[in-house]
Amino acid sequence: MSGGAAVARTRAGRSASGSASPVEPLVRTRNLTKRYDDLVAVDGLDLEVRPGEIFGLLGQNGAGKTTTILMLLGLTEPTSGEARVVGLDPARNPLEVKRRVGYLPDSVGFYGDLTGRENLRYTARLNGIDRAEADARIVEVLGQVDLTNRADTRTDTYSRGMLQRLGIADALVKDPALLILDEPTTAIDPIGVVEILDLLRRLVREHGLAVLLSSHLLGQVQSVCDRIGIFAAGQLIGRGSLDQLARQFGEEAAELTVGVEADRATDPSAVEARLQAIDGVARATRVSTVQDNEWTWHIRVRAGAPEPAVRGAILRMLADSSLRLADLSRQPPSLEDIYRRAVARARLDGAQAARSAAEVGKPAGATTTSRRGATDSRGGREHADVGDPRRAGDATGPSPRPASADTRPRKSTGMPSRVKSRHRPQRGPGAGPETRP
Amino acid sequence: MSALDRLRRPVTDRLRRPAPARRGPAGPRAPGAGWSIVAAKELADDLLNARFYVLIAILGLVGAGTIYFSSDAIRSSASQASGTPSLFLLMFLLGQQNSPIPPFYSLIGFLLPLIGIAFGFDAINGERAQGTLPRLLSQPIHRDDVINGKVAAGLAVIATILVALTALVAGIGIIRLGITPSAEDVLRLISWLVVSIVYVAFWLSFATLCSVAFRRAASSVLVSIGLWLGVTLFAEFLVSAVASFVAPAGANASTEDLVANANWSQLLSQLSPSYLYQEATVVLFNPSIRTVGVILPSQAAQLQTGGVPSLLSIDQSMLLVWPQIVAIVALTVISFSAAYVLFLRQEVRA
Repeated sequence: MSGGAAVARTRAGRSASGSASPVEPLVRTRNLTKRYDDLVAVDGLDLEVRPGEIFGLLGQNGAGKTTTILMLLGLTEPTSGEARVVGLDPARNPLEVKRRVGYLPDSVGFYGDLTGRENLRYTARLNGIDRAEADARIVEVLGQVDLTNRADTRTDTYSRGMLQRLGIADALVKDPALLILDEPTTAIDPIGVVEILDLLRRLVREHGLAVLLSSHLLGQVQSVCDRIGIFAAGQLIGRGSLDQLARQFGEEAAELTVGVEADRATDPSAVEARLQAIDGVARATRVSTVQDNEWTWHIRVRAGAPEPAVRGAILRMLADSSLRLADLSRQPPSLEDIYRRAVARARLDGAQAARSAAEVGKPAGATTTSRRGATDSRGGREHADVGDPRRAGDATGPSPRPASADTRPRKSTGMPSRVKSRHRPQRGPGAGPETRP
Repeated sequence: MSALDRLRRPVTDRLRRPAPARRGPAGPRAPGAGWSIVAAKELADDLLNARFYVLIAILGLVGAGTIYFSSDAIRSSASQASGTPSLFLLMFLLGQQNSPIPPFYSLIGFLLPLIGIAFGFDAINGERAQGTLPRLLSQPIHRDDVINGKVAAGLAVIATILVALTALVAGIGIIRLGITPSAEDVLRLISWLVVSIVYVAFWLSFATLCSVAFRRAASSVLVSIGLWLGVTLFAEFLVSAVASFVAPAGANASTEDLVANANWSQLLSQLSPSYLYQEATVVLFNPSIRTVGVILPSQAAQLQTGGVPSLLSIDQSMLLVWPQIVAIVALTVISFSAAYVLFLRQEVRA
């Protein structure tokens, strides 16, 4: 049975555990696409999750994360493209895939009239694990998620966070090689979140399984994931470790926070004007605070300007104006910044392409495809692609640029063109351009 | 870690063992078929559920009430009844003239759809509402296992209760009235039970279909009950309206017109599962019924006077209602497979 061989391979791969070694990935998708009637939920996804890593899928609600997960489990059939999970095709062989992949669905539920243990026992039976073995396994996973003392109460008395933990236990009962968690930390209090993230880390470290988790909570993804994939409108617009992403998307991320003690004699807008006038400051935005004894600004340093010099200039300016500094700190490029920038850049690309298409004088109906065409002419590639109506709507709107703080004209600072690289020349035969009325 | 490894080994071994392939590309499958695991769990649920006790209470009342009134009726008419075909079956068929409770067979015919609906209306959307459906479907079972298991469990519970109730009524009747059933009576009773179970399976699978189609349990109940009311209350009115339109039979209509009208009425009525079930029940319980079709007065007279007023044997009665039985089975299969296909095409996402 090829399945057994695949297990052996992945287990062997874990012990090697070198990230660069040719380990068979547990998840690999090629050009995976899911189209609903008028909506491309997942668009040409290429994804890889290797044994022993935590991969975070990051994206807004509706970006296609759950659809991707359902395709990986064989619960939804892809429109085109292919996926390999634990070495198998989930569309062809869903049972074998589901036997080896633990899945925690978004807003997981349990049979309220059964106890936690009974719920897990049902799962174990459905996985064909015999009774004695299942009971031992259940004791173990309940211990791992710290639910041992509530194991024999009905699950309708559980809190949301306990249900979530029970959901993780439920996914672990079958002893999976891969754990797929859809929004594992929503509706959990901060301490519970830390516990769950610790648990995931421990599971990966001690048992060598791989975790694919989706979330829209950036901080958590940042803290626990080895690699991150940024999802927007069905496409993976960035992928890699946090450092790699920061290099790709964060080179103009220098941002300072300046707090100044309020002074009745001075007008805050005058201070703002002076901050704005400092050389190297792209923009100073006043942050409104509840208490009035301190004024706070967020300062964006212009790309290319030396950030320490800007800090010095700010200090000098404050000293000259005899204002008292309350806070001066540099914000590291957070995943939030990276994420916002990545999404904005993807949109901007679309908008620019749309505009250039309009300049050439093409009919509006061709915008969707010609937008991508323009993107590719810059990248020197050509392909046929699918139109995404949502982004086409963005592109053809009266104001093509989203009103986000991050959408400035693209600088010529050798910014790597992430968006281009995802347009691969090969496309499925069915991926022709969609015409819009 | 070491404990986990010890646990892991057998699981992996089991995974390596090639399971018997089932339906080719669908791949290997766990030895204990998924549907039976689902059915076992649903059975346990059903037996602990409040609706099981409500069902037992209602059916207990039905049994007690009908046996009380029908045995009275049989006693009072016992003098004339000597020589009637089967006194034993009369127990299920006869009600007292002005008793508040209709006879056993019609009460059961009335209740079976409701019971079927009660056990099926929230089969799938209940799982959806609880959020357990994605979790259930991400286990290594086929999707149809879920529906199969649920319908099988519901049917098993209903069938058990129905058989027990019928046996109870028969037993009490035997003791109270001192009638001993013939072998043929017992056979007729058993075949009626089988037909009833198929009939209940139709309602169960229709309710399951509704539970797949409608996200909310309330809509599902409403539609199921709507169909039930439609085929029991309004069908007669609709049928006669359509029949009079297609084959008008006025005040001075000819015999042909009247027969045509009656034939149309019957044809249309036979689209309704409850009508089919009624016909099958009456014929199975009453060996003296020789046809379910239209009888002209002349034919009736001939039947009564000419020849012997012979009774039908069980196989002849079965032959008479075979089309009805097949039709009920067909309706059951149709609604079941509709539920099945719809569920397979549905998105898992809550």
